[in-house]
Amino acid sequence: MRVSCTVNGESHEADDVWPGESLLYVLRERMGLPGSKNACEQGECGSCTVYLDGVAVCACLVAAGQAQDSDVFTVEGLAEGELLHPLQQAFVETGAVQCGFCTPGLLLAAHDLLRSRPRPSDVEIREALAGNLCRCTGYGQILDAVRLAAERLADRPSTQLGG
Amino acid sequence: MDFLQPGTWSDALAAKAERPAAVPIAGGTDVMVEMNFDRHRPEALLDLTRVEGLAAWDTDDGPVRLGAGVTYSRVITELGDRLPGLAMASRTVGSPQIRNRGTVGGNLGSASPAGDAHPVLLATDAVVEVESAANGVRHISIGDFFTGVKRNALAPDELIAAVRLPAASGPQQYAKIGTRNAMVIAVAAFGLALHPAERRVGTGIGSAAPTPRRAPAAEQYAATALDEANLWDSRDPLPPSIATRFGDLVAEAAAPIDDVRGTARYRVHCLSVLARRTLLWAWAEYRRDETGKG
Ligand SMILES: Cc1cc2nc3c(=O)[nH]c(=O)nc-3n(C[C@H](O)[C@H](O)[C@H](O)COP(=O)(O)OP(=O)(O)OC[C@H]3O[C@@H](n4cnc5c(N)ncnc54)[C@H](O)[C@@H]3O)c2cc1C
Ligand code: FES
Ligand code: FES
Repeated sequence: MRVSCTVNGESHEADDVWPGESLLYVLRERMGLPGSKNACEQGECGSCTVYLDGVAVCACLVAAGQAQDSDVFTVEGLAEGELLHPLQQAFVETGAVQCGFCTPGLLLAAHDLLRSRPRPSDVEIREALAGNLCRCTGYGQILDAVRLAAERLADRPSTQLGG
Repeated sequence: MDFLQPGTWSDALAAKAERPAAVPIAGGTDVMVEMNFDRHRPEALLDLTRVEGLAAWDTDDGPVRLGAGVTYSRVITELGDRLPGLAMASRTVGSPQIRNRGTVGGNLGSASPAGDAHPVLLATDAVVEVESAANGVRHISIGDFFTGVKRNALAPDELIAAVRLPAASGPQQYAKIGTRNAMVIAVAAFGLALHPAERRVGTGIGSAAPTPRRAPAAEQYAATALDEANLWDSRDPLPPSIATRFGDLVAEAAAPIDDVRGTARYRVHCLSVLARRTLLWAWAEYRRDETGKG
């Protein structure tokens, strides 16, 4: 089947899609957008997190056909050219990126948190990131990164979260 | 494999009638795992996410009619006041990403003994509304819905339209034992609802029998014991002996197995503790809430 959808504001099409394959596979293997990572394919690790029509979901659990005509947003949409998104910048500065495999999903999950809770408590951060596994950092620096990004974004109310 | 994507409920029913082997897919959080791991390659997928009205809820005829496609996230944000027990249970499901996508209808479709919606649906006497093109609507009381491990009472041409349950008339609780706070399949779980107007306590056990089930002897004991001590009217503290006996009777209703998540003995123990605690919590809330909800 053919699947067409918008990804990060641009229309994309993929042909010869097997209807049972996942949106993650379509993004990575058919649309050339490998930012969303494939680690578990069972919803456990969150490294494939994207927005589907504005809702944070695991792309590995969305059937390709379910994304037809939808609006998808992936980690590739966060930066503006060379300018990193404040969340990405905070991840870099706090050492929240080691191997980096979990990072795209964590960025999206953190983004989803900050757009509804600009000043999250630590408990809220932990809760919001509970569906994202990181095998390298031990999470401490990731919490630091989210706190730092939240502070900066709150200090600059004009800064758009983007996405 | 075909991908069927009806836009209306009648088209969905017609598609299911014509292709009974088509697998319905809502949030996909169970179906896609099966497919990603090649455990199951259905001849067709029947996508229900475009069916108009399936993800809506209303209270038009009294009870809450929760469309099969309503996600856990929406139960939490939109129905926390009317369905506090189901909202509590929903908060324990998976992770934000899973709750954003997973639906109560999908939980019923999978009919896992560990499904987190089920204990509360049992404790609140929910009714599952199913429909087929040939035979129309059937209302199945939740106690009759689960027929075996991961099996339910749906006929091959039927789909789940909604589940109906009364808006809470008293405090409700849900508690679950697992290895961590997020992303756990329950080792044992318990849902409880006080029904003050009927002077009754509803129960639902999860992960401790081949199907989710009630604890009828515990329900009967609680109704009698609370009534005899006139506690519904006096709103006096709950004697610990009643809570303990209630917990023991709930545990006796279970028929758990040993598996990787826990031994049968541990599960029975968990249940007695969960049932005792949730009754005490719910009763404390009932006492605080002098005006009552019912
Ligand atoms: C990482 C992860 C964590 C999870 N954690 C939990 C948890 O903590 N607690 C829990 O209970 N579950 C959990 N689950 C399981 C799953 O999320 C739930 O069972 C969820 O409710 C399924 O809903 P869905 O909409 O995604 O269903 P789907 O996967 O779309 O469908 C599930 C089943 O129901 C059928 N179905 C769906 N809708 C209908 C309908 N309207 N009529 C007839 N049949 C229908 C499908 O054919 C399929 O058999 C988890 C899953 C994952 C991947
Ligand atoms: S790859 Fe989707 S959650 Fe792990
Ligand atoms: S940085 Fe390696 S998994 Fe998180």
